Amino acid sequence: MKPAPFVLHRPRTLADALELLDSRENARVLAGGQSLMPMLNMRLASPDHLIDLNRIDELGFIREEGDEVVVGAMTRQRDVEYSDVVASRLPLMREAILQVGHRQTRNRGTIGGSLCHLDPSAEMPTVMMAFDAVLLLQSRRGARTVEMGSFAEGMMTTALQPDEMLTQIRMRPWDPAHGASFVEFARRHGDFAVASAAAMIELDPSLRVSRASLTLGGVAATPLRLRDAERALIGRRGDEGFTKVAQYADECDALDDPAFPSWYRRRLAVTLLARAIDRAYRRAAARAVKA
Amino acid sequence: MTTSSESNALSLTLDVNGKACEATVEPRTTLADCLRNELHLTGTHLGCEHGVCGACTVLVDGRTARSCLMLAAQAEGCRVTTIEGLSGEGELEPLQQAFWDRHGLQCGFCTPGVLMTLTELLRDEPNANEDAIRLALSGHLCRCTGYQNIVAAALSAVECIRRRP
Ligand code: FES
Ligand code: FES
Repeated sequence: MKPAPFVLHRPRTLADALELLDSRENARVLAGGQSLMPMLNMRLASPDHLIDLNRIDELGFIREEGDEVVVGAMTRQRDVEYSDVVASRLPLMREAILQVGHRQTRNRGTIGGSLCHLDPSAEMPTVMMAFDAVLLLQSRRGARTVEMGSFAEGMMTTALQPDEMLTQIRMRPWDPAHGASFVEFARRHGDFAVASAAAMIELDPSLRVSRASLTLGGVAATPLRLRDAERALIGRRGDEGFTKVAQYADECDALDDPAFPSWYRRRLAVTLLARAIDRAYRRAAARAVKA
Repeated sequence: MTTSSESNALSLTLDVNGKACEATVEPRTTLADCLRNELHLTGTHLGCEHGVCGACTVLVDGRTARSCLMLAAQAEGCRVTTIEGLSGEGELEPLQQAFWDRHGLQCGFCTPGVLMTLTELLRDEPNANEDAIRLALSGHLCRCTGYQNIVAAALSAVECIRRRP
């Protein structure tokens, strides 16, 4: 299992990388390599030109800009795991990152790489969907922003044009008192999850849900925001009817394969969603009681 | 900007186990293949070649990485440590000794990778408990030991390092 031959490019600046991507036929960019390298080794991908982004320092950062947190596409998953900004402002992302692969793969794997690979069961795309993250796509022609909802077009298919590269991701943190929870089911810790659920919940002073974000990963071809379920959650308190809200997960168009038929994925989705809502609610309530 | 001319050989100088090593490889050569076939450091094993088994784990700038998921060219300018670089002159590291004492291996295929991961873990968390050890080991497959003796060896290495003056 060895990659097919390619020409390797190692630019040091974003401008050089975009220039290469624009001028070379059948080129791919290589981020952390935790998904693309297996595909190259198995020859599921055989680009003629491989543009290694690992020498471009300007693409790796986590910073606060006004009421947003901006993450560079080449930020390592490990750096997200150990980031104070992420821990304090994006607790959903922090809980999810610990479930991404293993320590050995998080050391190199990047946030942008995970988003562009867009595996249906990957955690980071699900988190971005939960936040309605805004992605910056750059090419030699210029830059454009795309919401996660339109970036994720289908099964492992993004809105990126061949000459475009994802360079940064913007998320708007929720109120510091919100509760977040990311839960998944995998056969072994660190394996691809069969399904996952992300919940963020804000409460009003009477501990009723005033704002909610509910997302499923691994269930459909792309991460799935459950807007109806979110609406149904507003105004609820405690665990009254949370399980009923989780039933919305049973209505989605779930992936089907011999190992995990769609009825099984839907059942798993209902259970995980109920669990995520429950945990996010408890966390928000605990904070409200303390305050 | 560095570009390899049409799939030609690349001449690399890599820092492996503290030594500057020269190798001439194709751009598509993985770090694992370069270590094994060019530098003859065959202690780094290849199980799956797609990032799942952990046998090929090495340290790159002190952090674990799957060497089957890195190109040799990407290691230029980094410090690479392999299993051959763990012990000094014939002396076993406490971790290696613990594996010996606790029978932490049978066939030994997974062992080099496991030791690199535990080297990183015990450096970052010298007091790692069983949970932390099991979590770090979740990135490795071992088909022989059932993991119990690996965990026992790691715990006894923690103990040994703690008692070291
Ligand atoms: S050979 Fe690299 S992880 Fe299996
Ligand atoms: S000792 Fe044989 S695979 Fe682990």
